[in-house]
Amino acid sequence: MASEPYLYSAPALILIVTVMLVPLVIGISYAFRDMTLLDPFSGGFIGLDHFRAIAKDKTFWLALKNTVYWTGYSVALQFLFGLILALLLDKPFYGRGLAQALCFLPWAVPSFLSGLNWAMLFNPVVGPIPHWLYGLGLMSAPDNLLSSPTHAMWGPIIANVWWGIPFFAITLLAALQSIPRDLYEAAAIDGATPFQRFRSITLPFLAPTIAITVMLRTVWIANFADLIVVMTNGGPADRTQIVASYIFTQAFRRLDFGYASAIAMVLLALLLVYSMLIVLLRQTLLRER
Amino acid sequence: MTRPKRLVATVAHRAAILCYVVFALFPLFWLLKVSVTPNDLLYSEGVRLWPSRTVFDHFDFVLRHSDFPLFFRNSMIVSLSTAFIVTILASLGGYAMSRFTFRGKFWIVGLMLLTQMFPLVMLIAPIFKILSPLGLTNSLSGLILVYVAFNVPFATFLMQSFFDGIPKDLEEAAMIDGATRFMAFRQIILPLTLPGMAATLGFVFTAAWSELLFALMLISGVDASTFPVGLLSFVSKFSVDFGQMMAAGVLALIPACLFFFFIQRYLVQGLTAGAVKG
Repeated sequence: MASEPYLYSAPALILIVTVMLVPLVIGISYAFRDMTLLDPFSGGFIGLDHFRAIAKDKTFWLALKNTVYWTGYSVALQFLFGLILALLLDKPFYGRGLAQALCFLPWAVPSFLSGLNWAMLFNPVVGPIPHWLYGLGLMSAPDNLLSSPTHAMWGPIIANVWWGIPFFAITLLAALQSIPRDLYEAAAIDGATPFQRFRSITLPFLAPTIAITVMLRTVWIANFADLIVVMTNGGPADRTQIVASYIFTQAFRRLDFGYASAIAMVLLALLLVYSMLIVLLRQTLLRER
Repeated sequence: MTRPKRLVATVAHRAAILCYVVFALFPLFWLLKVSVTPNDLLYSEGVRLWPSRTVFDHFDFVLRHSDFPLFFRNSMIVSLSTAFIVTILASLGGYAMSRFTFRGKFWIVGLMLLTQMFPLVMLIAPIFKILSPLGLTNSLSGLILVYVAFNVPFATFLMQSFFDGIPKDLEEAAMIDGATRFMAFRQIILPLTLPGMAATLGFVFTAAWSELLFALMLISGVDASTFPVGLLSFVSKFSVDFGQMMAAGVLALIPACLFFFFIQRYLVQGLTAGAVKG
């Protein structure tokens, strides 16, 4: 039967189209309309007014800068520590299964709970971290990092790194385990040092996985507002506001759906440009090889 | 390598692993510690690793005098229904993706990838506007509908990877013996993918159990609040009682951890197939 594959995939497709694509299109139309929830007379088309407002919105520009900072450090640190963990777990040792399960456990912790958990650790009243930082001389008094106007962003970043290391470790471990072992043996017989083996066998084999996970993860983390909403709600004074949490604030607290959708479109456009740049970069690199 | 050098390398390796384990577990240990610390010791023994006296008062309060059992029940209903519905839909869809080549398949895959790329916060306002006249805001069924749609694309890719691992000859043999394809699918292929379906169930359950932003937007009453919404309103409503908050946190952690140990074996395959989801 020719219609069979369509029958099998129809229920999933119908849901995706009605609950994701239709709202996406409607959301795009909101960006050009005056749309607030509590005002029954709103809904008229206002052209590009929202986008003009965004261009002048200082909070938006701050949030954009914060998004780059938050995404850059989160991805870099998650990747670095995830790679080290994957390399450590790739070696067989007694108790590896248990160690692996325990190291991956943060991934299972619901994101809102990781946020609350870390907010508590940073709290000087019940958490140990301010006292440790004070003891190490990194802080002049045991204060809450999350209310620091200069370093507050590191609170959500650390929570995000804790939560996201397992993701990179799992994907990289899967890639590591697919590298043929005899390559390493041959290299060792030829007298290659461990570092040389890492550079000329491990890295080239991992490169495709690294490229794709880093790219997808960057997009995902740039959109990931949960930790910030839970831990700081964008504060103090929007210092930890990223674009995704700013969209949520506009829609959820101010109920300004039009403006929220306009910002979302800008974010979407920026992410598309980013993805395209990465794809182009990858192709040029592959061609040069 | 010489023997002492090898010994040093082994010790360094185990020490590094230990660092990771401690880093991964410490926040959860602190969560547990605060949840069993009596209030009078919470502030005086703030940085001690374990309180000099432990009590279960916070758990008692949370379980008997708060709305958390209701939130827990709501979250269970939402997460389990989402997980079961998604697993069924994704098994059907994944089977089609794995076994057939058909017109429009390329576009369907592209569409599903697209849904994994754009910021979901973008959908918060329109979904609220669509669901509200249908009476689906402030209701568990509305939340289930939204969660099912969000999780279906990833779950379909995951199920497809499991079906790809099963040889095609199996159902072809059954069809030569006169079975319809659906019979072959149901009686031969599905039983073989049960572990894969269990993994999908676990992934989707965890995702639905953790979802916060859409639940915050779509639910405003206590009756339909899920656990994350209840916990956050608990934080903002009262002067924060850390003990009770963390006792509630431990409750939220239990199902997530159970499902984690259940799906742990499939993590590598799952995250590689989806590659996008956290």
